[in-house]
Amino acid sequence: MNISVAIDGVPQEALPSASEAGPASKRIVVAYGFWIFLLSDFVMFAALFASYAVLVHATAGGPTGAQLFNQVTVAIETACLLVSSYTCGLMSLAINSRRYLRTYLAALITFVLGAAFVTLELREFASMIAIGATPERSAFLSAFFTLVGCHGLHVTLGLIWLVVMMVQLAVMGFDATVQRRLLCFSLFWHALDIVWVALFTVVYLMGVSP
Amino acid sequence: MNLLGKLDWNAIPLHEPIIMGATAFMVLVVVAVLGFITMKGAWLYLWREWLTSVDHKRIGVMYCILALVMMLRGFSDAIMMRAQQAVAAGGAQGYLPPEHFDQIFSAHGTIMIFFMAMPFVVGVMNFAVPLQLGIRDVAFPTLNSVSFWLTASGALLINVSLAVGEFSKAGWWGYPPLSELQFSPGVGVDYYLWSLQISGLGTLLAGINFVTTILKMRAPGMGYMRMPVFCWTSLATNLLIVAAFPVLTAVLAMLLLDRYLGFHFFTNDAGGNQMLYANLFWVWGHPEVYILVLPAFGIFSEVIATFSGKPLFGYRSMVAATMTICVLSFLVWLHHFFTMGASANVNGFFGVMSMVIALPTGVKIYNWLFTMYGGRVRFSVPVLWSIGFMVTFVIGGMTGVLQAVPPADFQLHNSVFLIAHFHNVIIGGVVFGLMAGYNYWFPKAFGFALDERWGRASFWCWFIGFYLAFMPLYLVGLMGMTRRLQHYDNPAWQPWLIVAMVGAVVILGGILCQVVQLVVSIRNRETLRVAGDPWDGRTLEWATASPPPAWNFAVQPRVAGRDALWSSKQRALASKDEPPARVYEPIEMPKNSATGFVTAFFAVVIGFAMIWHIWWMAGLGVFGAFLTLLAFAFRRRAEIEVPAEQIARFDRVHQAGAAA
Repeated sequence: MNISVAIDGVPQEALPSASEAGPASKRIVVAYGFWIFLLSDFVMFAALFASYAVLVHATAGGPTGAQLFNQVTVAIETACLLVSSYTCGLMSLAINSRRYLRTYLAALITFVLGAAFVTLELREFASMIAIGATPERSAFLSAFFTLVGCHGLHVTLGLIWLVVMMVQLAVMGFDATVQRRLLCFSLFWHALDIVWVALFTVVYLMGVSP
Repeated sequence: MNLLGKLDWNAIPLHEPIIMGATAFMVLVVVAVLGFITMKGAWLYLWREWLTSVDHKRIGVMYCILALVMMLRGFSDAIMMRAQQAVAAGGAQGYLPPEHFDQIFSAHGTIMIFFMAMPFVVGVMNFAVPLQLGIRDVAFPTLNSVSFWLTASGALLINVSLAVGEFSKAGWWGYPPLSELQFSPGVGVDYYLWSLQISGLGTLLAGINFVTTILKMRAPGMGYMRMPVFCWTSLATNLLIVAAFPVLTAVLAMLLLDRYLGFHFFTNDAGGNQMLYANLFWVWGHPEVYILVLPAFGIFSEVIATFSGKPLFGYRSMVAATMTICVLSFLVWLHHFFTMGASANVNGFFGVMSMVIALPTGVKIYNWLFTMYGGRVRFSVPVLWSIGFMVTFVIGGMTGVLQAVPPADFQLHNSVFLIAHFHNVIIGGVVFGLMAGYNYWFPKAFGFALDERWGRASFWCWFIGFYLAFMPLYLVGLMGMTRRLQHYDNPAWQPWLIVAMVGAVVILGGILCQVVQLVVSIRNRETLRVAGDPWDGRTLEWATASPPPAWNFAVQPRVAGRDALWSSKQRALASKDEPPARVYEPIEMPKNSATGFVTAFFAVVIGFAMIWHIWWMAGLGVFGAFLTLLAFAFRRRAEIEVPAEQIARFDRVHQAGAAA
């Protein structure tokens, strides 16, 4: 809602202050609550980032990040995830104008890009494990697999959620509940991008700098 | 491959008479309770009205019941330790073998923090916050039920560890490397980790729920500076939960990865770092003590203002102090391990911050004293607990400031002086606060007051018992006794430890008085029956019936100032006119849901299966939880409408009762 419109022509004192307006609408409450959840998720990632930073040099004679990371793959992964965020935004627009076909299409592209991201990440993990760079090898690799894997797990859960939401959309239509859940999904998906930007910087860019 | 993982008949400690006795007692109690419910034919009632309830008041009551039951369990551990240390001096070994003693102190700490104090605090918030805010329920009622049942699942797993397998021997914070597979190969640490992960998730969800409720769902007119102080302290507590519990989840997950998949976060080899665990654990752990004590501060603020018949002195400074503590609580964690070997500057910073956090707490103490000053104080049971708190907490706070000085802490670290200090603030602060809240809000929850005489007796036993039990520990701590000793050879400590044992027995007397108080009150409930506002209250929870109807308020309250009920009572006295007739409207209420209970069932399955490495069962549990979530997501109707006539009928009866 646009607050400035409501103020037009009415003296400031005549309006009740926002904090005295009474319970907010359900849409606001749900999105707000989900934001608080996302903040808590960020805090959890912060703990994983801190652990990674502490353990990044604890390679125990094993391989370092500079020896392991393939920046081409990571660049493609990043591109997939960022573009999927864009298509997720397109999906939100389609939902606002209640267009089924556009919503499904945007969701499909988002899903494919997200799945591509997870596949590339799993291939990266598999290639590392194949040369003996497993999480059991060193504290650095433990922290690496945990941090990156936790993000990957979030993306995977997001993909499952997206499928469920599309089924819900097909069954229940553009119902208010479904719309609120799709709003939460898009918040979730964009939040994962924010985490990935930090992860890309801290793990992959700083990891290969000498 | 074994279908049941590590689980076999050896998991049940048949050769340990004490454990088997305790197990038999626990099983008997459970069977007796289940039998009683069956005899009364109350299963359907229980399922419909309580187990699947999403009403914040009922969930709050269930949290408090869980907490009180777990307090009995945690206290039995405590009195066993006191008894052991009272006798195991010189060459004597006492009656508890070391591996059992280690499990007892680990279980005592874990239970008291996570399954007594936490559920009690969350329960009281659940009951009182929506009523004080003048709203019908929390932001996410079904999620609230999930939170409760996840907490209960964690508690259940910890109790199962008594009978099947063992509990952790690595202390309540489970420091590695002791808690690593190499040194704790049994299932004890796994019980600890999974029960904390499951209940921690419940707590985190409750925190999200309450932050949203308090920030987005207040009654019309209730601006931030008109919220009751208990709501402010609850807001601070839930912000801390949201900011701190994810760190606990992360650090325990890392330890789980170490133990299950051979990771090296905290191991001795391959570059693991044990101090990383200590830091992360206390980044959660220190805010946790404020998560516990801030709602207690809120309860004291309500109790003192109500029973002094005065508005709270320095409301704004109280709010400012609360939020200052909320922020500062994240800047003191390192004082739990000054001996880690950080530089003098680092220790100095955290030492100073630890002293600074005492300042806002001091502000609060003065505010309570000035509220009482010049008031007509009624010395009923909640006030006794509050005054007992003020005296005790100041002492505990000062011994805390003493240990904030790093050189002093090097001497006192890991001594029983520290034990005395944190029991001094947790019992004197959190437990006394919760007891005040229990006596204060009980009439609101059940419609009859608790017996005063037994309440007083219980307070005095707790109060005197506390001093007897913990003041000697300050002394033996200064004499050099370290914590967690199964036996000791310095005979000079023994007299003091016997005094401490006597103190624990006096506290037991206090607990028994509370049980009697409850029984006597239930038996005399007709004479103890109260109307909506038994204490001449100031805040909105006293504006509705006792017990409140499911919809809390027949008509949405409108708030015009601080102490909403008090000011409206004053206005009603001043004006001669009849109040305007109430207009009732139908109310949408959330439907009951089994989601919480079923999710918790699968959480127990997952936890138990993971503890015993029964992988197929864990998979089934995850699948079941997912299906439960789907069933919830696809349900058609989430709300039912209460017709206006029903509300009007209830309200008329209640108002007639209040006038009589």
